[in-house]
Amino acid sequence: MPTIKTQALTHIYSSGTPFKSVAISNVNVEIAQGEFVGLIGHTGSGKSTFVQHLNGLLEPSSGSVLLDGVDINSSKRLKAQARFSVGLVFQYPEYQLFEETVYKDIAFGPKNMKLGKQEIDERVREAAGFVGLPESVFERSPLELSGGQKRRVAIAGVIAMRPSVLVLDEPTAGLDPDGCRSILKNITDYRDATGATIILVSHSMEDVARIADRLIVFHGGSVAMDGTPGEVFSRTEELGRIGLGIPLATELALRLRELGTQVPASCYTVSQLYDAIISLRGGASC
Amino acid sequence: MLKDITLGQYFPGNSLIHRLDPRSKILAVLIYIVALFLAKNALSYALLAAALLVCVAISRVKPAALFKGLKPLLFIVVFTALLNLFYIRTGEVLFSWWKLVITVDGVQTAIFMVLRIVLLVSSTFMLTYTTAPMALTDGLESLLSPLKAFHAPVHEFAMMMSIAMRFIPTLVEEADKIMNAQKARGADFENGRLTERAKALLPLLIPLFVSAFRRADELAVAMESRCYHGGEGRTRLKQLKMAACDWLFLLLSSALVVGVILLKRVTL
Repeated sequence: MPTIKTQALTHIYSSGTPFKSVAISNVNVEIAQGEFVGLIGHTGSGKSTFVQHLNGLLEPSSGSVLLDGVDINSSKRLKAQARFSVGLVFQYPEYQLFEETVYKDIAFGPKNMKLGKQEIDERVREAAGFVGLPESVFERSPLELSGGQKRRVAIAGVIAMRPSVLVLDEPTAGLDPDGCRSILKNITDYRDATGATIILVSHSMEDVARIADRLIVFHGGSVAMDGTPGEVFSRTEELGRIGLGIPLATELALRLRELGTQVPASCYTVSQLYDAIISLRGGASC
Repeated sequence: MLKDITLGQYFPGNSLIHRLDPRSKILAVLIYIVALFLAKNALSYALLAAALLVCVAISRVKPAALFKGLKPLLFIVVFTALLNLFYIRTGEVLFSWWKLVITVDGVQTAIFMVLRIVLLVSSTFMLTYTTAPMALTDGLESLLSPLKAFHAPVHEFAMMMSIAMRFIPTLVEEADKIMNAQKARGADFENGRLTERAKALLPLLIPLFVSAFRRADELAVAMESRCYHGGEGRTRLKQLKMAACDWLFLLLSSALVVGVILLKRVTL
């Protein structure tokens, strides 16, 4: 059974007013436990609206969201539960920090789950470990940390709820390359350690291509493509029409093919391309 | 939820009312309010209501928008009506039960009071509905400029007002975002007792204040880097100019006051 399943999910903003706009329409997606899904699409493609349905923040105008086979909007209790089992990290999450200390801020979610003190403490330490926050910052104010550290605190605040599905909306936006890499590494580490399902919303092809095992492309409020990164990136023309780029490695592979070499078009990381080129030369390394 | 705020909303248009000088509109609303408080009988209320309706018709503002603006006032309106209805005990008794007495005077005053509130609020709404926020503050600055002689910081006041208006939608959007983010961490803004709900607002208010200060700081730097240094010697791209129809509009508004005073002598 898929962890998350949406059936004919449709959301219309300001329905019944002159400002009404259809954000997503008829989205059918199934995501299995432990999958690492990259969600890509332009601004306004409906991807953010989509992820806000997964934990019940938005209610579908029609259609349903099933979490482990149960419709999360069928009762108040289930909806509250979905908030905790589907952890959602918003874009620029550092703007939501409010507590006096880093420790208390990370503990906000677990506290809302009405856990015991010991359990909360355990979870805060574990979550801080996942994002690489040293204990020395626990008693500092989250507002005086650096941008990258703030974001770690915010992500830890969601991880501390031990969600079985972790959704991150552009977690690397506005960070320097080093910061990007280490946040993405924290996320994969979290998945490897807990077996959680990860949904990563991004428009950076390079990031997504490197770490996701499945890509879902949103366009104009519905799913335009769904498949492995190799499959999706081989549909260059279509991606181009939607206005999305392809990873540099794929582009290079395609250019090489135009020149008559037999590099497979499904390369999307530098190391894959490297291996493909090496094997073309008969496996002999330079 | 937060997005439904109509406060200070502007409905763009190109009607005669929209094109009037903001100063004449501000003054006309003030004159209108004076007339409202002078009105004492049904005829004068009818005159004032008719004047407002004509303005609404010319401006093509949808009446539904006006009603929407009045909605939050429903409680005050009903409350005033009931108070007047039961507390005025002069005049012919229409109905009495136990300690409750309703008199003709009571009914009349209640209706007048409701009309007064509705017309007062609607007329000010008409001002903000048909005047762009920037024009409004420009008009206010110009009207208050005589106070500069007394070293009142008129320009700074007007600038503060326009910045505040400009940032209302931004802050509303931001509040919405933060609210969602905290809800995603299990915060509950809707349930619980009043004290609990007030406490639950902290995770919303603190980040909102932090970001408001950050924005203010950034805005100040942006303004300074464009050489903003206050109102002295500043010229405008759009100069306010009173045209013939502005003077006519003011004349008609003043005529309302005269009309109301004359109608005082008329008894039905």
